[in-house]
Amino acid sequence: MITTLNALLVVVLLINLFVLGSSRISALIQAVAVQGVVLGVMPLLAHGRSSLMPGLLAIATVLVKGSLIPKMLGKALRDAHIKREIEPIIGFMPSTLLGALGTAAAIGLAAKLPLAADHAQTLIVPAALSTVFTGFLLLTTRIKAITQAIGYLVLENGIFIFGLLLIEAVPLFVELGVLLDVFVGVFVISIIIHHIHREFDSLDTRRLSALKE
Amino acid sequence: MSVALIILPLLAAALAAVVRSGRIRPWLLPPVGAAHLVLTMLALLHPDSVGVTRWLALDPPGRIVLLIVSVLFFICSVYSVGYLRYRGELSNRIFCVALLVFLAATTLVICSRHLGLMWVAMEATTLATAPLIYFNRTPRSIEATWKYLLVGSVGIALALLGSFFLAYAAVQKGVDSSLLFDDLLRNAPLLSKPWLHVAFILLLVGYGTKMGIAPMHTWKPDAYGEAPGVVGALLAGGVTNCAFLALVRVDHICRAAGEGNYTGRLLVFMGILSMVVAAIFMVGQRDFKRMLAYSSVEHMGILVLAIGIGGGAVFGGLLHMVNNGLTKGVLFLSAGNIHRAFNGKTIDSVQGAMRRLPLSGTLFLLGFLAITGSPPFGPFISEFSILNGAFGRGRYWVGAIFLSLLLIIFIGMGRTVLTVCQGKPSAAARGTEYRDGLLTGLPIVASFAAVLLLGIYVPAPLDRLLREAVRFLEVRP
Repeated sequence: MITTLNALLVVVLLINLFVLGSSRISALIQAVAVQGVVLGVMPLLAHGRSSLMPGLLAIATVLVKGSLIPKMLGKALRDAHIKREIEPIIGFMPSTLLGALGTAAAIGLAAKLPLAADHAQTLIVPAALSTVFTGFLLLTTRIKAITQAIGYLVLENGIFIFGLLLIEAVPLFVELGVLLDVFVGVFVISIIIHHIHREFDSLDTRRLSALKE
Repeated sequence: MSVALIILPLLAAALAAVVRSGRIRPWLLPPVGAAHLVLTMLALLHPDSVGVTRWLALDPPGRIVLLIVSVLFFICSVYSVGYLRYRGELSNRIFCVALLVFLAATTLVICSRHLGLMWVAMEATTLATAPLIYFNRTPRSIEATWKYLLVGSVGIALALLGSFFLAYAAVQKGVDSSLLFDDLLRNAPLLSKPWLHVAFILLLVGYGTKMGIAPMHTWKPDAYGEAPGVVGALLAGGVTNCAFLALVRVDHICRAAGEGNYTGRLLVFMGILSMVVAAIFMVGQRDFKRMLAYSSVEHMGILVLAIGIGGGAVFGGLLHMVNNGLTKGVLFLSAGNIHRAFNGKTIDSVQGAMRRLPLSGTLFLLGFLAITGSPPFGPFISEFSILNGAFGRGRYWVGAIFLSLLLIIFIGMGRTVLTVCQGKPSAAARGTEYRDGLLTGLPIVASFAAVLLLGIYVPAPLDRLLREAVRFLEVRP
């Protein structure tokens, strides 16, 4: 069980590196969709005993993160007629390297934190921290509004991974509430992206600079 | 009862979504606001009748925030009718629905006794307020909404990570962890210290972003500057107070775990930093709505500072939460009227507001005097008791810095406000036809009357609420 979970977490980490190195936004959306499906399977493996709760959470996660959210982002992308992220503040190769360094740092940090005996064997904590870091990197170094939205999703995925440690402590409806918030959040974000495109004829967030002191 | 408080606005939101007429729809708001206020009063008079479950209940600090939000929402709901009538050219369907969902979400934040549920509700307030900021449909308001959404969502995501860390502080020690505040408080001394420390920092950054304390305040001037005044009032007196309540609850757990010194230092530091940042940007500020945003940064800093100092300052902090919320109502609503009448919001185009808008201009000036802590208004009393609390705890330096920052802000803010209010409207600024009206005037008068009343005396029921909250938050070593 733990081996399978760790293997899936490695897949998540590889997707992080891919996301940092890729400029094609449609590829980013697909990668995040795959990450969502992989995350969706995890509750089944992380939960100690088989019951209804992880099953429902898995179905909802795969549905929202693997299908609904990527579809919304895909539509926003098609409407905006753009294909690539251009001129990121930190280039694609350097950000992949930073991502790899971040993963190494996360493994080091996780080794220092006190973990319960059951959790010391898994990669949950390093994978969570590294995914959160990847999300931050995307949010701060990419300039297209839609790529920043993808960064937010990756960040949230990292937190979801950490939540696996608490799967027996957090009730189902809170997990579903979090999922609903993310879904509505991306929905509102994609509406705003649509308006940004209509008003500025671009998704370049550098143009959003009228408001300052 | 708490369920009714949440369901009522949600049902009204559904109704607002199906009502066809844009003229009739805003009239839904005041009755809902009034009903919410009546239910709130009943809940406060008979706290035991609030169907206490393990999930939903009204803790003593929550009662105060519920009172502020409910009063402020009622005031803003009446004002909205007048405002939306004036802005008849824009569809108000989304605006009305979002306002009502906002009320439901804030009430849920206040009533939730579960860390995760509170987070879900807090994120819902972010999502409900985003369309409100975007109401004017201008490029500048899109920019403000985008920043608000992105900064707010990332901040609140960190708060979720912090909540998970806090829960793990219990799981790691093998303590039964349900994420219910009551359980967390009871088991606080057993929690794992390293996880608790990191959790507190994440929660401080996360909920601090929603409060808009420095340096996570960057969304605030943009959002408050571009949003309609009534939305600014609800954000500055509602959302930020809810985020503060979340922080108070988390701090309470940490202090119960014996980490009061650790959290206190961080809170005092963040509080003073916010006041310094606010002071820097308020001196010479030409845009009076952005100035109010920095004033909100300042006062959120004061709240955090008060909790950080502890002791007698906690009473002052909670009272200040009430005073600040109501005074921000006066300031944002009157600033909205001035903005509309002059069709501008910088001191380059807006002068002589007291001539063109005698009521709103005067209230804006009085609101300024109140918020900067001049007697005989409410904030004077609460800021004085925070200062008293600081000296009482031997924090003389903190008190001195607090006092000097208040003085700098008074001078900085005063220059902008006096330019706006005094003089004659310049010939170049012809402005619009908008003048003071009953619906956009009376709510501000009501809000101001409350600020004045609280400066003269604190009514016994409110005093009791405050003392109960202070007693609740006290941690015996």
